[in-house]
Amino acid sequence: MKKFLVALSAAATVLAAAAASAEEPKRGGTLTFSYRIIAGHFNPAIASGTPTGIPGTQLFAALLRFDDEWNPKPYLAESWDISDDGLTVTVKLRDNARFHDGKPITSEDVKFSIETYQEHHPFKPMYAPVKSIDTPDPLTAVFNLSNPHPAILLAFSSQLGVVIPKHVYGNTDNIRQHPQNSQDIVGSGPFKLKEFKPGEYIILERNEDYFLEGKPYIDRIVYKKIAENTSRVIALEKGDVDLTAFESDAPVLDRLKKNEHLTLTPDGYSAIGPLEWLAFNTKRKPFDDKRVRQAIAYAIDKEFILKVLYGGYAQRSLGPIHPGSVFAPKDVNPYDYDVEKAKALLDEAGYTPDGDGIRIRTTLDYIPAGGTWKRKTEFVKAQLKKVGIDVTIKASADFRAWIKTVSNHEFDMTMDSVFNWGDPVIGVHRTYQSTNIRPGVPWHNTQQFQNAEVDAVMDKAGKELDRDKRAALYGEMQKLVVDEAPIAYLHTSPYHTVFNHERVGNPPVDSIWGVCSPWDEVYIR
Amino acid sequence: MLLLAVVVFNFILLSLVPGDIADTLAGESGGASQEVMDDIRRTYGLDRPFHIQLATYVGKVVQGDLGTSYYFNMPVTELILGRVAPTLLLVVTALVLAILIGTLFGVIASRRPNGLFSHFVTVLALVGFAAPVFWTAFLLIVLFVAMLEIMPLSGLVDPTTPRGTLTWYLDVLHHLFLPVLSLSSIYLASYSRLARASMMDVLGSDYIRTARAKGLGETSVTYKHALRNAVIPVITIAGLQFSHIFSGAVVVETVFTWPGLGTLAFESILRGDTPTIMGILFFSAMIVIVVNLLTDLTYRLVDPRIRSARNA
Repeated sequence: MKKFLVALSAAATVLAAAAASAEEPKRGGTLTFSYRIIAGHFNPAIASGTPTGIPGTQLFAALLRFDDEWNPKPYLAESWDISDDGLTVTVKLRDNARFHDGKPITSEDVKFSIETYQEHHPFKPMYAPVKSIDTPDPLTAVFNLSNPHPAILLAFSSQLGVVIPKHVYGNTDNIRQHPQNSQDIVGSGPFKLKEFKPGEYIILERNEDYFLEGKPYIDRIVYKKIAENTSRVIALEKGDVDLTAFESDAPVLDRLKKNEHLTLTPDGYSAIGPLEWLAFNTKRKPFDDKRVRQAIAYAIDKEFILKVLYGGYAQRSLGPIHPGSVFAPKDVNPYDYDVEKAKALLDEAGYTPDGDGIRIRTTLDYIPAGGTWKRKTEFVKAQLKKVGIDVTIKASADFRAWIKTVSNHEFDMTMDSVFNWGDPVIGVHRTYQSTNIRPGVPWHNTQQFQNAEVDAVMDKAGKELDRDKRAALYGEMQKLVVDEAPIAYLHTSPYHTVFNHERVGNPPVDSIWGVCSPWDEVYIR
Repeated sequence: MLLLAVVVFNFILLSLVPGDIADTLAGESGGASQEVMDDIRRTYGLDRPFHIQLATYVGKVVQGDLGTSYYFNMPVTELILGRVAPTLLLVVTALVLAILIGTLFGVIASRRPNGLFSHFVTVLALVGFAAPVFWTAFLLIVLFVAMLEIMPLSGLVDPTTPRGTLTWYLDVLHHLFLPVLSLSSIYLASYSRLARASMMDVLGSDYIRTARAKGLGETSVTYKHALRNAVIPVITIAGLQFSHIFSGAVVVETVFTWPGLGTLAFESILRGDTPTIMGILFFSAMIVIVVNLLTDLTYRLVDPRIRSARNA
């Protein structure tokens, strides 16, 4: 934790220094960004995920944007109003916004976009309460809700809800295969698509008619795919690449930190809210017994994982909600490392050691996504051995195979990573709702956790508009869940954004969405 | 007919793999709902019975349509054709270089089997075989990119270079250097060893002694008489190796982000992008057939005995 804070404050100092010396943002220049994957298309209305979201938010504007303290700010919407009963949301659009083909952005486009999200986007709860959308005039959209929906403003922002042109995408009944998802994109955002070479690179160019005057500052963004960590590191060190995001490998981060031209920051990931945990299949023996689950949570040395495996770059997480959220868990049982307590709980549950000192024989799956996942899994195996649990590690051939295994409940325990996606309604409820046990669908309530009290509290919190009251409800919900321990909470994903501070001014890190928000303030020094 | 069998066999093989494109897209999206998973499967016809899917696909292939990539949302033929040129450029250059230099090394080494150069070739072959290609590639990157700073790190070309200009072609050559060097390092090892062994074998045969007895110069004996015979196994191996170039190039392509077929194949397999994998397999089957033909033709070119035997 301490090391993390040091890294944080170091990053903050550099940022502050950069801000203090901040000259007027300059116009012009090319920003080179690199990521390990490049998506197949960039239409955020039919796919979530950051590979679509990073370029998608440059190409398409949204109704709102959020600062780094979870406050909504105007973007395509000039103003917005939620009625007292929470059932009507009225949005006023700015009158000078145009799509890349020159056509004005109207409330019809907003209506069409949200309806497309409702039908085709992976995250159903985002717009589930939206019953209908009225368009009294071209600049006003009125959302009629079936119940108060605290997540709606967040769902109107960058990564989650952009505005797409009806006159382009409205002419097909097969939007998933629309050619303009990947070529000749007509967006509304600060940048236009110049060229896309599938699997190689994307070139984005400044939108000269962008509705925010004088922006964006940069002429061009080159988004290059560099899959290999080492190659990406060298590209950053050499200055071939100015900006990368989602860097999570501790040795890579250590090496980048030593470079005097580069700044590392964990900022800009609080909305994505990435958590890594150990999940139990609560319908299988012995994990149907809460004491066994708690024992395992106690038996794992979380500090070791943070310090040694993640080099201090990840943060401890104590419950279902990411520590960067306003609803982060407080006063929950942290399950501090305690081998004796773990053994006592197992004794109590009736799992006593056999002749070989073994109480339980079980299996553990993990996401096949590189070195640290495997090392963490092996570490947990060794830890559980100490309390008499013999673990066989099950390796999956690839990501799809793991998804299949877990989403069909064919596992005992698994190392998992789940994102909060901004609002608990979108990314947290799904993991615990007893109504969301859907075999075959990735990241449903795969633990098959069922608790009527938790369901009831979540239901209430999901309809509460007052932030403080909501926080109290999520506090209650998290206490219940952490005590029931369907999951042993470990830590956040150690995501960092890395940028060359000699070249890049106003890096896209001062929003809860980080790089998945418009880069219209970024400039080249 | 053979190609059709390949298509059917591959299709069945791929259908045995757990998970499909809906799982991949849902995984990349960070979650999904039943409706969207169904929507994706319906869009790509994955909800239909297996035999209908197979029949539809084969029907399309017969008409020359390899379908549309699930992931890239574009025709597979277009996707593959875009990747063929970079792969052929990389692999053919590496292979030709390796064959020429390897054979030359082998020949020189064979003339003094216990000389310094011969030992050098043996060590080179050993190192070439032993060093994993990604490691060689990274060492080259460290040397040429990080330390000397004279070579570009990755990609086929700097995306901002205007297409089709002379600068563009020169930039491609510049980007080609390190991947070719890495890839040919493995091939170079095998060809130099093969050529050396083959040459030594040939140099010990009667007709070489006769040639020397006639008073021919050593150069003429080596290059005119011996090499022609000695090079036959090299051609055989080259022909065989060409068919696994795609697999061999995957690693190099990945390290250098070279936009070739190898990377496309590898990533498509991980994604479950069946039409793309099928297209690549179909395409490689065709390449194997063509290369086998070329290999046979080359035999005739270098070896008069094969020429006359076939003509008879």
